[in-house]
Amino acid sequence: MADTLRLPAMTKPPRSREAKVRLAGFVVLHVVIIVGALVMFFPFLWTIITSITPGATLTNAPALIPANPSLEPYLRLFSERPFVQVVANSLLLATITTAVQLITSSTAAYAFSRLPFRGQGVVFAIYLATMMIPLQVLIVPLFVELKTFGLLNSYLGALLPTFASAFGIFLLRQAINQVPRDLDEAAMIDGAGHFRIFFQVVLPNIRPALATLVVFSFMSSWNSFLWPLIVLRSPELQTLPIALAALQGQYISDWDVIMAGSVVSVIPMLALYIFAQKYVIQGVASTGIK
Amino acid sequence: MTVPISPLSPVSPRRRSTRPVGPRSKRLRYALVVLAFLLPSALPLLAFTLGPMLAAAWVSLNQWNLLAPMKFVGLGNYIKLLTDPETGDVFLHTVYYVVGYLPIVYVGGLALALALNTALKGRALLRGVYFLPVVTSWIVVALVWRWLLSPSSGVVNTVLGFFGVAGPGWWTDPNWAMPSIIFASAWKDLGFVMIILLAGLQAIPTDLYDAAKMDGAGWWRRLFSVTLPLLSPSTFFVLVISLINGFQVFDQVYAMTAGGPNGASEVVVEQIYDLTFRYGRAGEASALSWMLFVVILAVTVIQVRGQRRWVTYG
Repeated sequence: MADTLRLPAMTKPPRSREAKVRLAGFVVLHVVIIVGALVMFFPFLWTIITSITPGATLTNAPALIPANPSLEPYLRLFSERPFVQVVANSLLLATITTAVQLITSSTAAYAFSRLPFRGQGVVFAIYLATMMIPLQVLIVPLFVELKTFGLLNSYLGALLPTFASAFGIFLLRQAINQVPRDLDEAAMIDGAGHFRIFFQVVLPNIRPALATLVVFSFMSSWNSFLWPLIVLRSPELQTLPIALAALQGQYISDWDVIMAGSVVSVIPMLALYIFAQKYVIQGVASTGIK
Repeated sequence: MTVPISPLSPVSPRRRSTRPVGPRSKRLRYALVVLAFLLPSALPLLAFTLGPMLAAAWVSLNQWNLLAPMKFVGLGNYIKLLTDPETGDVFLHTVYYVVGYLPIVYVGGLALALALNTALKGRALLRGVYFLPVVTSWIVVALVWRWLLSPSSGVVNTVLGFFGVAGPGWWTDPNWAMPSIIFASAWKDLGFVMIILLAGLQAIPTDLYDAAKMDGAGWWRRLFSVTLPLLSPSTFFVLVISLINGFQVFDQVYAMTAGGPNGASEVVVEQIYDLTFRYGRAGEASALSWMLFVVILAVTVIQVRGQRRWVTYG
């Protein structure tokens, strides 16, 4: 509601009663929203402070301004555990998941939006229904299936179930539905087939939705916990969320090291979000979720 | 949201058909094109989602410790679960979580979206800060909150003590374990709700507000008569997604309390996890999974059916 709280004119003092009320609302809004932002940000600030305060423990909370800030917890994190490996594992899995989901989601979305066929409605309904199946229903049979194929404790085993995402297909289909059909028809008259229309007409026009999917796919893989916890048993294959959970048991009092691990886990996601932020808002807005 | 996410909704708007009706060879070629576009997603979904789902239904009818051969017990697992008071407890805890979490995250997310949709300086930065928890791993969020809510030296109890209030034991107290999980979860998901509602708010035409103002409607009147009705598709989306995810709450429980103390925060998925991987009772775990699935499906269908009463599309 952009028009309910307009900036009061800065050059003139508020004259009417209404202007005074508006100014008061303006000030209150700013105070509330900024205090709220601090509350949202505080746990991260605290995490960062703890991660540079060696020896911080549950019974020995760090001061807000650490007396002897040091990167020692980070050095311990990376020297005492295979943490470089863990970060590399997570980056690898998230990158592959994201790349594959971009392909499987965009092709399926194109089929549902641009290639009418008999039973299309039923097939799409089944696709959507998979979003409502909790992963927990699938764990036991999935475990057995991958055991049969000898894929337990392997990256392929961790990756295969993430290759298709109904959420991604739905997101991209909404975006493709909004690409004007005149563009395809013009290309078709020029002799282009479906593959060329897909690559040269449709994909360039849904870049915001693709950027949104990149963030969501990468995020879901980067943060996924349950399935990697079950399928990746060897320490050298472990991903970041599992290693962080394990840290808590191993270094029960070393909160500085645990928080250093937390900071390390947030940074890549934060970088990706900042990079894609303007596309994300645009993407959500343009895919019909309004 | 012009298309609700449900299998019961119309799939795509009617349009000119580009399906060829010509000779057989041409139709065959078209079928191959369709297959080429669909198979990359259909194969993984069939192999790793729909297949395992049907297999889970079969497992739920057997007694199985994951190692020895299965022993068919019919509906035995379901009967055992339905007569076990612990099943009722874990479902109750899950409902407690959903009921506590949903209003906080929706009202909070709506207030945030309304505030950050006004002409606020630095709102891009603020949106980023509020979205920060969304991109963070649950494990990290749980670690931080466990520490902030630490009974003896946690920041929250320290601040409460400053005002002369003796803070509770939070996640170490059976009565406060679930509220602790709810607070941490709401804090984390506020940004997600915010960004969806924000996109919805931006799509509301401003002339509607001008018309409402001309009729003398105040801020609250405009909120209830213009904003909320036009925002209802977004609200519907948030409710459906939040309920589906809420009933599957696991990561934060696992990391914050592991279901404790004394099972006070044991939720359904935590129980499924323990049954399978701690006690080797896979048949019961599958049966419990199916019970949860049916509950989620029922809740979703009720929402889809009920949407006609309050959701207005364009």
